Amino acid sequence: MSIASDAVAAAPLAMPASAIKMRGRKVSVYYGEKQALFDVDLDIASNQVTSLIGPSGCGKSTFLRCLNRMNDTIPICRVTGEIKLDDLNVYESGIDVVELRARVGMVFQKPNPFPKTIYENVAYGPRIHGMSRSRGELDELVNSSLRRAGLWEEVKDRLAQPGTGLSGGQQQRLCIARAIATSPEVLLMDEPCSALDPIATAIIEELIDELRENFTIVIVTHSMQQAARVSQKTAFFHLGKLIEEGSTESIFTNPQNKKTQDYITGRIG
Amino acid sequence: MTATSVAAPIGATRAGSASIQRRRNAADLRLRLYGIAAISAAIGLLGILLVTLIVGGYPAFVQTHIRVDFPVSADYVDPADPAGGNWRNVVRDGVAALLPAVDAPADVRRMTQILTPNTQFFVRDAVLADPGVIGGTLTMDIPAADIFDQLNKGVIRRDTPAENRRVSDQQIGWFDALVARGRVATPFNWGLFFNADSRFPEIAGLSGAIVGTVYALLVCFLISFPTGIAAAVYLEEFAPKNRWTDIIEVNINNLAAVPSIVFGLLGLAVFIQTFGLPRSSPLVGGMVLALMALPTIIIVTRNALKAVPPSIREAAHGMGASPQQVVMHHVLPLSLPGIMTGTIIAFAHVLGETAPLLLIGMNAFITSPPGGVLEASTALPTQIYIWADSPERGFVARTSAGILVLLGVLLVMNSVAIFLRQRFERRW
Repeated sequence: MSIASDAVAAAPLAMPASAIKMRGRKVSVYYGEKQALFDVDLDIASNQVTSLIGPSGCGKSTFLRCLNRMNDTIPICRVTGEIKLDDLNVYESGIDVVELRARVGMVFQKPNPFPKTIYENVAYGPRIHGMSRSRGELDELVNSSLRRAGLWEEVKDRLAQPGTGLSGGQQQRLCIARAIATSPEVLLMDEPCSALDPIATAIIEELIDELRENFTIVIVTHSMQQAARVSQKTAFFHLGKLIEEGSTESIFTNPQNKKTQDYITGRIG
Repeated sequence: MTATSVAAPIGATRAGSASIQRRRNAADLRLRLYGIAAISAAIGLLGILLVTLIVGGYPAFVQTHIRVDFPVSADYVDPADPAGGNWRNVVRDGVAALLPAVDAPADVRRMTQILTPNTQFFVRDAVLADPGVIGGTLTMDIPAADIFDQLNKGVIRRDTPAENRRVSDQQIGWFDALVARGRVATPFNWGLFFNADSRFPEIAGLSGAIVGTVYALLVCFLISFPTGIAAAVYLEEFAPKNRWTDIIEVNINNLAAVPSIVFGLLGLAVFIQTFGLPRSSPLVGGMVLALMALPTIIIVTRNALKAVPPSIREAAHGMGASPQQVVMHHVLPLSLPGIMTGTIIAFAHVLGETAPLLLIGMNAFITSPPGGVLEASTALPTQIYIWADSPERGFVARTSAGILVLLGVLLVMNSVAIFLRQRFERRW
């Protein structure tokens, strides 16, 4: 019995290296003097949904924001350790952050479309990265991004209207369309449904499952049910430390660590 | 109200609570009355100011004109050289023809005083513009000299003893005869806006001051707007938060409170004495005003930038926009309405600044609008200052009229600012 459970826990680590999209090694993050993340080792599997769970302030969002260096915008934030995207060392000096963020897109907690038209929202990324040579190409890119985000049918007649006029769920899907318009390899989602109603949440979750085919997705969520529904891999953070990671099924049905068990059964959080 | 009525029965069980409640209500009422009294006083004072200005300034918006037919005789004006004509004689003949009863040369000379002393130049300019009139008759509406203008407007009273007024009974008789003949009209005084300054109030206008103010504000805008925005964007979006930026911030806030005359002294010492820029010019005026507008623009721009929610910056950063793109594509366009509003208010403030302009000599007596930013000029507030200092009766009304024009411009600028704020203000 114990041998079998060990095998389950060890399985993700034994995955072939080619299937690992991003790799974090001894990642520590400091906000000024305060350390927020302690030596986290975590691999993100390619074309899978990895969910990061844990109580508030556990460092899951901090880790997520390390993956595309969004923490750079906070002046007092300092990151040590190593994060690799394929063979690219993300925190190496001389890395073009702009290029990195085109490869690692992000969707935020609160839907934050630009106060521009729906079209301009989606076209913004391709524009600044010079991804389309003609208006026709750009139109095509906007069209396909909105389709993949499942928003096309709802907005195809009002592309020239402001994105801020959409409902919350539509706005979040617009943000997803905006993020995938630059064809990123990895999509980071920071509690993408926490500001949405249950129906909009269900639509987004379905969408995440579809997007997995083309993107590697990392999602931070407060909802364990959501993690169980959408992700294949789950990592549990507590007080800045990675407590346990593994396949979602094993984490939720057979957690190895006492803290993980306490969290998923609702005793801490 | 509801709270009081609910609380009353509970409080009523306590001894003396009724009197406490009465006192509390009385205190509330007093506070409200103090507020109403203060607002009434403020509105009343403003009303008195406006009424005084309008009553005092109204006469300057109309101007007494006298229609004169000038016989432009070829004897006085050589068609080959019209500029060298004897315009004094042309005016004299025109005046002599007004009233047939007046023909003694001394009387004609005294009657000529009814017209503005610049009449001969008006006639000359009209003939130069249309030389075909030589040999014929030129009909013109000539502004009446100040004292007759004031007489016509009732400012100079006819029942004043003759020795105490500067206009004789004989001249009043002539003037009345002209009125009886329909020669006198009092139309709207466009000259107030289209004439430059003059020693003679009847032909003095604000055009030089308006053009000077426009030039000065243009220079001020070109300097302070880009500089202010650049400084604010750097401080708000890029500068590290440390002791140096704190010191800079405190100093910018202090700069906004420096008395304006100090900026005038600075302009005099630095721009005129050290750099040798021309005195009295709108260029120097605009530069001094830019120094005054700069702190305000920096402060309002920083506030407008702060009002853009961080989620927009995050979204742009997350899309891979560089810091420059985040600012230029998103933050700055979104804060522009706020920046514009603040800038207009800053400009409305410097528009009325007088002290710094006095120090750099923009209170000169200039009889033509400046042709460029380097030419000597006045500005609206300094023109008002000059007129307020002039002894002629006509300048009393013109001072009030000038203030009304200045207030009108301020009102328009503030309305535009309010409109922009209402129209483009974004709630997040």
